[in-house]
Amino acid sequence: MKIKVWINDKAIATHIDGDTMLIDVLREKGYKSVKCGCDTTNCGLCTVWLEGRPVLSCAVPAARADGKHVTTLEGVAEEAEAFGRFMAAQGAEQCGYCSPGLIMNVLAMAREMKRPTETQIKEYLAGNLCRCTGYEGQYRAIRNYLAVTQGDYQLFGKGEVIEGVR
Amino acid sequence: MYTIRTFKRVESLEEAYELNQKKTTTILGGGMWLRLGNRQIQAAVDLSGLGLDTIEETDDAFVIGCMTPLRDMEVHPGLNRYFQDMIRDCLKDIVGVQFRNTATIGGSLYGRFGFSDPLTALLVLDTTVEMYKGGMIPLEDFVDMPYDRDILVRVHIRKDGRRCAYQSFRNTRTDFPVLTAAVSSKDGIWRAAVGARPKKAALIAGAAKLPERPEKKDVGALAKEARDTLKYEDNMRASADYRKILTGVLLERAVEAVCGGMDHED
Repeated sequence: MKIKVWINDKAIATHIDGDTMLIDVLREKGYKSVKCGCDTTNCGLCTVWLEGRPVLSCAVPAARADGKHVTTLEGVAEEAEAFGRFMAAQGAEQCGYCSPGLIMNVLAMAREMKRPTETQIKEYLAGNLCRCTGYEGQYRAIRNYLAVTQGDYQLFGKGEVIEGVR
Repeated sequence: MYTIRTFKRVESLEEAYELNQKKTTTILGGGMWLRLGNRQIQAAVDLSGLGLDTIEETDDAFVIGCMTPLRDMEVHPGLNRYFQDMIRDCLKDIVGVQFRNTATIGGSLYGRFGFSDPLTALLVLDTTVEMYKGGMIPLEDFVDMPYDRDILVRVHIRKDGRRCAYQSFRNTRTDFPVLTAAVSSKDGIWRAAVGARPKKAALIAGAAKLPERPEKKDVGALAKEARDTLKYEDNMRASADYRKILTGVLLERAVEAVCGGMDHED
């Protein structure tokens, strides 16, 4: 069947099978930030936004994206890079494999919630698994990122404001 | 993973119902569980074009379309205010926000999955499922009905002033529950359900005999009835015996949450 999807605001028409998943379309069209980590609908690595809502693209039938807007990391590259600097400042990454999915969900959270509490942050991001770390570095990076972009937070570590974010 | 020969986005429930009379047809909910199986589907019926993804509050009920994502119920202010955050409590630990943005309440209830958190919670509310042909069926009857070729269209939760609370135990957050429990009370009449035993959720009949303000021993007797009358099994997450111990703990916590504390004999 034929579908038309807006990927990062670019209209793309393509042919799919009945059981093609959204992740397959995205990767085929060159959006390689979207990766399949677990294929059991658990790890969060394949997170993209469908009409602005974070979803697991491994579990969304591509046919359901017909006529809809999909946002991948490539579509929010500037924001992703800005957040990435906070991650680097905390040495949060080890292998970095889980980052695209985490970043997409952090940015979705920042849009959905203003000044979330620690509990809210941890609940929102519970579906993004990292197998290297204990999430502490990521958590500090997220708090600092929100402190700079949303205000009213205490910064972790040295607390320097990183240029180019605001 | 499943295979789908044709993906059919229907324009009416009648069209969906007709297609679904074939055994090789499957109605898609969120598809989160379905895709992990190996079903060979000739026609996958997609209801997402029928506007069944809304939560409406009427004077006496919440009416929830079958395609409503779990996340929408979780963050719905009206539902959570009315049911004292129980809806949120029974959904927030299911995998992650991204998952709950896609998983649907219709899929979760129609499947009558053993692991279903919302099935346990909604059993202690006055919940009715609206089937396309079968009409209005109380959830407590629906839960034990055989799977048929009908379509779950909406879920109705009556606003009857009930107090309620939900508890689950998980080995690790976001995993399937090891055990779920929910209780509610209205005019001194209690309802209690236990799920993920790992069998699907069931009401405990004796809850209706609980006093208006149960003491620890009353809840203990209720837990004993659950252990004696409901089927418990072992699986990779926990043994049946462990689940039986948890039953008393979760029921006690849930009753305490509803009563705002409990009188202890000891």
